[in-house]
Amino acid sequence: MKWNSPRFAAAAAVALSASLVLAGCGSGSSSTAGDGSSTGGGGGDTTVTFIPKNLGNPYFDTSDKGGETAVKEFGGTYAQVGPQTATPDGQVPFINTAAQQGIKAIVISADDASAPCDALKQAMSAGTKVVTFDSDTSADCRNVFVNQATADGIAKVEVDMIAKQIGDSGEIAILSASANATNQNAWIALMKKDLAANHPNIKLDGVVYGNDDDQTSFDKTSALLQQYPNLKGIISPTTVGIAAAARYLSKSQYKGKVALTGLGTPDQMRSFVKDGTVQEFALWNPEDLGYLAAYAAQALVDGTISGPGDSFKAGKLGNYTVGGDGSILLGKPFVFDKSNIDQFHF
Amino acid sequence: MTTTTAPATETTYAAYARPLWQRLLLNRTTAMVALLVVAYVYAYNQVPFFSGKLTLYFLLMDMAPILLMALPMTLVIVTGEIDLSVASTLGLSAVVTGLLIHDHGFSLPAAALVALVVGVLAGLLNGVLVAYVGLPSLAVTIGTLALYRGIAVGLIGTKAISGMPAHWKDLVNRHIGTSSYPLVVIPIVVLAALFALLLHLTPFGRGVYEIGLNAEAAHFSGVDVRRTKLVLYVLSGVVSAFAGVFYLLRFDSANTDTGTGLELQVIAAVLLGGVSIFGGRGDLIGVLAGVLLIGVLSSALRLQQTGSDVIEIVIGVLLVLSVISTQLLDRVRSVRGRLRRTTRSAPAPEVGDGSRKVMS
Repeated sequence: MKWNSPRFAAAAAVALSASLVLAGCGSGSSSTAGDGSSTGGGGGDTTVTFIPKNLGNPYFDTSDKGGETAVKEFGGTYAQVGPQTATPDGQVPFINTAAQQGIKAIVISADDASAPCDALKQAMSAGTKVVTFDSDTSADCRNVFVNQATADGIAKVEVDMIAKQIGDSGEIAILSASANATNQNAWIALMKKDLAANHPNIKLDGVVYGNDDDQTSFDKTSALLQQYPNLKGIISPTTVGIAAAARYLSKSQYKGKVALTGLGTPDQMRSFVKDGTVQEFALWNPEDLGYLAAYAAQALVDGTISGPGDSFKAGKLGNYTVGGDGSILLGKPFVFDKSNIDQFHF
Repeated sequence: MTTTTAPATETTYAAYARPLWQRLLLNRTTAMVALLVVAYVYAYNQVPFFSGKLTLYFLLMDMAPILLMALPMTLVIVTGEIDLSVASTLGLSAVVTGLLIHDHGFSLPAAALVALVVGVLAGLLNGVLVAYVGLPSLAVTIGTLALYRGIAVGLIGTKAISGMPAHWKDLVNRHIGTSSYPLVVIPIVVLAALFALLLHLTPFGRGVYEIGLNAEAAHFSGVDVRRTKLVLYVLSGVVSAFAGVFYLLRFDSANTDTGTGLELQVIAAVLLGGVSIFGGRGDLIGVLAGVLLIGVLSSALRLQQTGSDVIEIVIGVLLVLSVISTQLLDRVRSVRGRLRRTTRSAPAPEVGDGSRKVMS
């Protein structure tokens, strides 16, 4: 009677089902990861773990795909783990786990510049190399930072694109994020300098701020076009702004007459590029970014690079040199247009 | 506590109808502790790197805020109320402490003391609104969840605070001696002992259970229902604030989104630990085992390169199973009780299980 007590039966059922869940997970896991002794092809013991800001984010799925390609090329073991949502501390357990497993390199886009710092330092002191990409931490918490673009590069590509589209003369305006957005303000200052020095026939009518809000950016675009009837082009150095402006233009009489360019993502801009509202826009190629970060990780692990001035070869991307602050620059921003936009999904 | 063998009392207290050893061994808490042990032993032997020295350290560091906040949360839920604002209180406390140290040159103890006072005030507001104004705790604490987070945003805007004093950061990250236990285990054990004492061995604690079973009956049997609830919310606030200071020092970062979503992890752990969401049932040992079980599972799954999506699914399934098992248990018990009564020749009075709150 004691053993068929319902309470005992239920407790046993809970225990049993839980152990089944556990066992199921055990058998389904990839046992190769972290197994330092396995030597497959050349350099088969380079284990690289990618930790994106959060899982299920198309941008990081794209960049980590590039990373996976690179890791396979040099015969290492690739893994991607990360938190469900991008909170400052969410990556810490995953960093700790990677360090415990003796992973050779962590490639991380930091959710917070300081929160993962201690964990990364612990990992580095345990011998794990740390590469940050996309979003850096404080410089002492990583070995190198793979930088997607410099302010100069971004400013230059945006001015070049608009100059090309309007025939290097006429009135333009800028639709920015908020008035105190650090990145955008730096880029706008550089754009003004570039315009004054190299494009004397282009007149910048003004800068308006859409606050990175879709509706505000939409309204500001409408106001710009009414205020400056001779406007020939708009630069929007923010992904929210350019998408809202494109939506306005595509439905208005200005479609195809007023050029629009700036920084955008392929998913947001695809329909506007296809219907002719936008000819081209720029960003970096996240797949290349992940690819380069993986090669940087390998170069750190095999000792090819250890600090500023060292160079390494990153597969199909060619040679790169570590800059003064431990950063590696991916290159010039990537220009998306009708011919290549369908290769990208983020 | 007495072991009753007289058949006359059998229908009065169903749970006391069995001998002591059965009551001690065959209950939900024991099942939870057993499950924890099974999971730990399994992971220790089967999961690569789980047996490493650092596993337990990281596990406890990760679960420390949840362990802390689960203590008062257990008592709050046993009274049949809830406190959803704990993670926002934690965030506010981290922001206040960080701001005072960073911008106003406070020492850590002074800043932490201010943060604890903020925690008391946060709990006081919840407590007054729930206990004295008589508003539903779900609504009140959803409101204060947003309110306390909003105050934190107002205080620091979009910037992040870091650069806490190094020796305090080191203290938080230190081990006890050369063991794999972090130092934070000491306050956790002390607080857990105090809360266990309060809940299980004092008249106040009996009152907490009575309120959960029947607040009106508790009131008429001399329990100060309002004061009890107020005290619990204040305890919840102050412990959350303490966890906030720990959080700040561990991650050296206070943001507007520090600790977002932790409240649901705390509540999930408490429910997994066998506390009834309707109040009146549960104990602290079960809850501690529940929190640690979540920790062991997440840690073991992470070490097997499992993504956070699968980890959340596993914990979610476990939680649902545990709730189902409780429900099933009650169903089966009441059916068995009825069968036993009908098969007996002498008709027994039908009051039986009514003395225990049965959820269905």
